[in-house]
Amino acid sequence: MAGKKKKSKGATDTILPFERHIFELEDKIRATESEEERKGLEKQLQQERESVYPNLSPWQRVQLARHSQRPRMLDYTTRIFDDVFELHGDRALGDDPAIIAGIARFQGETVMIVGHQKGVSTEEKVERNFGMAHPEGYRKAMRMYTLAERFNFPILSFVDTPAAHPGIEAEQHGQGPAIARSILQGLSTRAPIFAAVLGEGGSGGALAIAVSDHTAMFEHAIYVICPPERCAEILWRDVEKKELAASALKVTAGDLLGFGIIDTIMPEPGGGAHRNPDGAAQVLAEEIEKFLAASKKGQWSPQKRQEKYQRMGEWYEDLPPAACVVADQG
Amino acid sequence: MALFERSKFARLMGGKKKVPDGVWMKCPACNQAVYRVEVESNQEVCPLCNHHFRIAAHSRIEYLVDEGTFVETHANIASTDPLQFKVGKETYTERVERAKGASGLDEAIITGFAHIDGHRLCLAAMDANFIMASMGSAVGERFHRAAMDAIEERVCMVCIAASGGARMQEGILALMQMAKTADAVRQMNEAGIPYITILTDATTGGVYASFASLGDITLAEPQANIGFAGKRLIEGALKVKIPEGFQTSEYQFNNGFIDKIVPRSEMRETVAKLLSYLTPA
Ligand SMILES: [Zn+2]
Repeated sequence: MAGKKKKSKGATDTILPFERHIFELEDKIRATESEEERKGLEKQLQQERESVYPNLSPWQRVQLARHSQRPRMLDYTTRIFDDVFELHGDRALGDDPAIIAGIARFQGETVMIVGHQKGVSTEEKVERNFGMAHPEGYRKAMRMYTLAERFNFPILSFVDTPAAHPGIEAEQHGQGPAIARSILQGLSTRAPIFAAVLGEGGSGGALAIAVSDHTAMFEHAIYVICPPERCAEILWRDVEKKELAASALKVTAGDLLGFGIIDTIMPEPGGGAHRNPDGAAQVLAEEIEKFLAASKKGQWSPQKRQEKYQRMGEWYEDLPPAACVVADQG
Repeated sequence: MALFERSKFARLMGGKKKVPDGVWMKCPACNQAVYRVEVESNQEVCPLCNHHFRIAAHSRIEYLVDEGTFVETHANIASTDPLQFKVGKETYTERVERAKGASGLDEAIITGFAHIDGHRLCLAAMDANFIMASMGSAVGERFHRAAMDAIEERVCMVCIAASGGARMQEGILALMQMAKTADAVRQMNEAGIPYITILTDATTGGVYASFASLGDITLAEPQANIGFAGKRLIEGALKVKIPEGFQTSEYQFNNGFIDKIVPRSEMRETVAKLLSYLTPA
């Protein structure tokens, strides 16, 4: 997997500070002609990886989750599905390229896929608005949910967005109502839903297509109420406090599992999904396989899904005492 | 204990954190000096320009329902600090206490039963004086329980919405309240319980993108700010000038997202009229 790294200037631009030493070791391994030295370096590389990745700070995980070379939805779907028939349009206003949807085949079974595509090249990023969907995108997703329910396909959702698009047209076309209805449909649909958080699960724009029977999240992905920069701006009144905000918001897969928001963490191959997209796709495919097998055994039901979301949150009951006194007085 | 006494006192005073003290006050819309008493006796609407002031949840309830009929429910549901969140020296628990002192409320939403023109209903009212009426787990749970009450008692649910969005200090758990409250609406829909929303200044973010947008019938006060993304965020992201009147009630009405814009003075009769059509069998 290490050998795949391209040694171009473009690639070095995307190396994160905590990855630098690893890349240097990899370069040395490629350069050396001594078998003995290579073995030593490889051992060093292994140790370095094992010490760096499990100990990343929340902000470093945010950086990894947004890594410009991190595999996007299409990098996964082209590897995982035999055949994808993309469907377009919300049947009202347009087609939103930030959300990709279609019918696909997974190990012979027909599935409905929906997800954010951030884009890889600069052109694609602009075309897809960096994966920030407009209401048209969420309405397209809802259309797919309806089709999936009607024809009894499982829905596989891929979440990777900084946020829903903040814009004039988006507001005009009902961004809030579109997200609300998309969430509502995710709760109501009789089709089983699997959601995978690939990179960035950003706020309501992510949740709109993330309501599921089973949510799996990649090890270095994040899932947030709002981007840490924005939280820093609002609560600390200083965007430079973003690292502090990232820690405070508890954004990592481990945190999310602890809160019961996600159901599984998908381990990433050494060095993260961007260092080995094939390996990451394999992990995701296995999760999907497990989900579909469980689905055939009748493990998921809309009622169980609804109850899961009804339980979410943490609150006191009958505490603090002041509140009780007031309640008694009506 | 001092804190408890203060918040209880404020609550017993009706939580009325109204327009600033003083005989005169300045209307932010028309910039004119107006008599405070005159504003208060006009349901906190500017007598000169009809500007609807942002008002406390208890005032909203008082203006909307039959006198003395409101009975609060679920006041025992309170915020925790699941993230151990801290900004500077202030913990989230302390932030909540500060909000209680400032608002006289114990959360950003009040729920209960009341009557309007004799029709019994379940009511939820939000209050911007409590951390911008942001939605954390306690808000989500209270809304959810109120919806379950409406289903159980087979009465209409009316929600007076106002919010800055999901409550950041509760992180992802606050985001998930969008799904939880949406599910409460789903249950009302399935049970045939009519759900009326009244959008007020300002209804934005995660609350707008969940239960506030899901009413069977959506009313709004005039000139309220209603939208998903904040204006400043849009301006910053797009580097464009926001058009005049963007995200007002009138704008959202013209775009097809609101059934009727109703002045505060007519809200009570309007809701009463709707209840006369909708009260479930
Ligand atoms: Zn005025």
